[in-house]
Amino acid sequence: MIDTFAALAHGMAVAVQPMNLLYALIGVFLGTAVGVLPGIGPALTVALLLPVTYKLDPGGSLIMFAGIYYGGMYGGSTTAILINTPGESASMATALEGNKMAKAGRGGPALATSAIGSFVAGTIATIGLAFLAPWLVDVAVRFGPEDYFALMCVAFVTVSATFGDSPIRGLTSLFIGLTLGLVGIDKLTGQARLAFGVPELLDGVEVTTLAVGLFAVGEALYVASRRHHTEEKLEPVRGSLWMTKEDWKRSWKPWLRGTMFGFPIGALPAGGAEIPTFLSYSTEKRLTKHPEEFGKGAIEGVAGPEAANNASAAGTLVPLLTLGLPTSATAAMMLAGFQQYGLNPGPLLFAERPDLVWGLIASLFIANMMLLVLNLPLVGLWVRLLAIPQPWLYAGILVFATMGTIAAKPSVVELSMLAGFGVLGFLMRRFDFPIAPVVVGLILGPIAESQLRRALAISLGDPMTLLQSPISATLLGIALIALVAPFVLKGLGRFKANED
Amino acid sequence: MTQDRVSGDPVQPPRRVDRAGLVIAALLAVLAVVLVWDARGLQSTAMYGMGPEAMPVVVACGLALLAIGNFVDALRGNLPARESADPVPVVLILVGLALLIAIIGLGGGFILATSALFVTTSAAFGRRAILIDAIIALVMSTLIYLAFDRLLTLSLPAGPLERLL
Repeated sequence: MIDTFAALAHGMAVAVQPMNLLYALIGVFLGTAVGVLPGIGPALTVALLLPVTYKLDPGGSLIMFAGIYYGGMYGGSTTAILINTPGESASMATALEGNKMAKAGRGGPALATSAIGSFVAGTIATIGLAFLAPWLVDVAVRFGPEDYFALMCVAFVTVSATFGDSPIRGLTSLFIGLTLGLVGIDKLTGQARLAFGVPELLDGVEVTTLAVGLFAVGEALYVASRRHHTEEKLEPVRGSLWMTKEDWKRSWKPWLRGTMFGFPIGALPAGGAEIPTFLSYSTEKRLTKHPEEFGKGAIEGVAGPEAANNASAAGTLVPLLTLGLPTSATAAMMLAGFQQYGLNPGPLLFAERPDLVWGLIASLFIANMMLLVLNLPLVGLWVRLLAIPQPWLYAGILVFATMGTIAAKPSVVELSMLAGFGVLGFLMRRFDFPIAPVVVGLILGPIAESQLRRALAISLGDPMTLLQSPISATLLGIALIALVAPFVLKGLGRFKANED
Repeated sequence: MTQDRVSGDPVQPPRRVDRAGLVIAALLAVLAVVLVWDARGLQSTAMYGMGPEAMPVVVACGLALLAIGNFVDALRGNLPARESADPVPVVLILVGLALLIAIIGLGGGFILATSALFVTTSAAFGRRAILIDAIIALVMSTLIYLAFDRLLTLSLPAGPLERLL
């Protein structure tokens, strides 16, 4: 406990250095500016802005990342409220009620409750992260390679199969990611896999190229292909920005309840902020004294889910920092950010670079504070960004997206891969395959493989080692249940439907 | 099931085999074959445990199972409903990407390449004022080039236009 305070104080000392404060500010600003663009979620925001941080030292770049992460989340909810296009499914509940509030001329209070709720939730969840992380690190040092492998199996299954619409389509996405993860030189034997003699493929598939291709290029192609269906309407922010006393009274409990849903679910390797946001939405709908307002713009329906969304974003940092386990597309991009400096999050990083880890955690507090102070006054600027005509907006997004790849590797092969992943992303959207499992599969697949091979090398090739460790056996059991459960439940559902 | 059909909505079309779904299943099966074919060329040098060829085979097995799963879904017509899509803008954007790759590959530089992408994408989204868009694109990509190449010292590929700056 005392250690945590000391470490956090040390992290604060790192974070408040003037240069680092500036990095956090730039991160928050850029993160919000990019995140506010329709169709761009937090994962893509981080992916697009990775090249901006290439030339910084690891500390400064991770601090900028913290700002981009929270800024992207905030920008996403602004879009959801003002034009009803949630950049990600976690903002769906916000769009539901927030957009109705904006239509009724209460866009200001909707933005305010989402900003303040995000701040409250982010702060509480970051405190949770600071206290949970050292404890989990103590547990994680006892993990052997077989335990890590089992843990990654849990993450694979929960990210792809358990919570999606269709376990088969989710697993298909995951295995496409795992296949892409195999490309390149095998680190243990130096042999090339799936490179087909192309030298650029020996280094493997770049996570940023995949993410930008799937999210940015894929989204642009998808929106272009169905332009004749949709018409987006930007709601002007009318009236006061400030919340009335009544608004405060109706908001503070949903904020806290949303945090209670968001943080634990985000911290479990269960992936995604959709579940806590929807849990929070349905809870608020049940508890409210104004049930007639739900579906027509109830402030509780914005306050709760927004808090849950932010709390779960901070929650996903717990497995990411302590175990190196990304459980969402955004966390996978953060991991890619670490990896560009050769850093691997996990217990070792806490021991070797405490300044880095605790500086990052402290920066999360600071970024949160900056967002609260900056965003409400700057809302006019964000609204103007939203008003960019669609042709220029998507043209600009594509220019920026390709710029990242051009800056990292200006080769014809790399750019062709970007375009190819764009087509893949378009097809996956069209046929309703989830995208996040591909990114998680690409980044986690090679790590899982090397842990498994290490475990088997230690056990002299005996696969029973996976079941002899109690930790690994339990985790594999959980993974199996999480894999089978959706099929069984679906079967039960079908059975019941036939009975009726 | 039969009861369903009798009392069900008469407008609802009967479930049909989803052709696109069959193509997806076939592609997954092909991918699995490629993985196994590629893994056969690897030498297992590990004395104990698994060599580099084990994981591709495991992934290939998974892909094969998923190909079957997707095949069954497609036969049952279990895929979610799709709205009609307009292929023209998609092709236009892909042409823009191809132009960008060609210009970068031939040494035309960052500004020309991204401008080409900007104009085609903007046209794909319904803009017809190509000349104005081209001017906007050139100005914007020049500014991006200056900001990132000079200020942030990222190296962006230079062509004839960049050398004038």
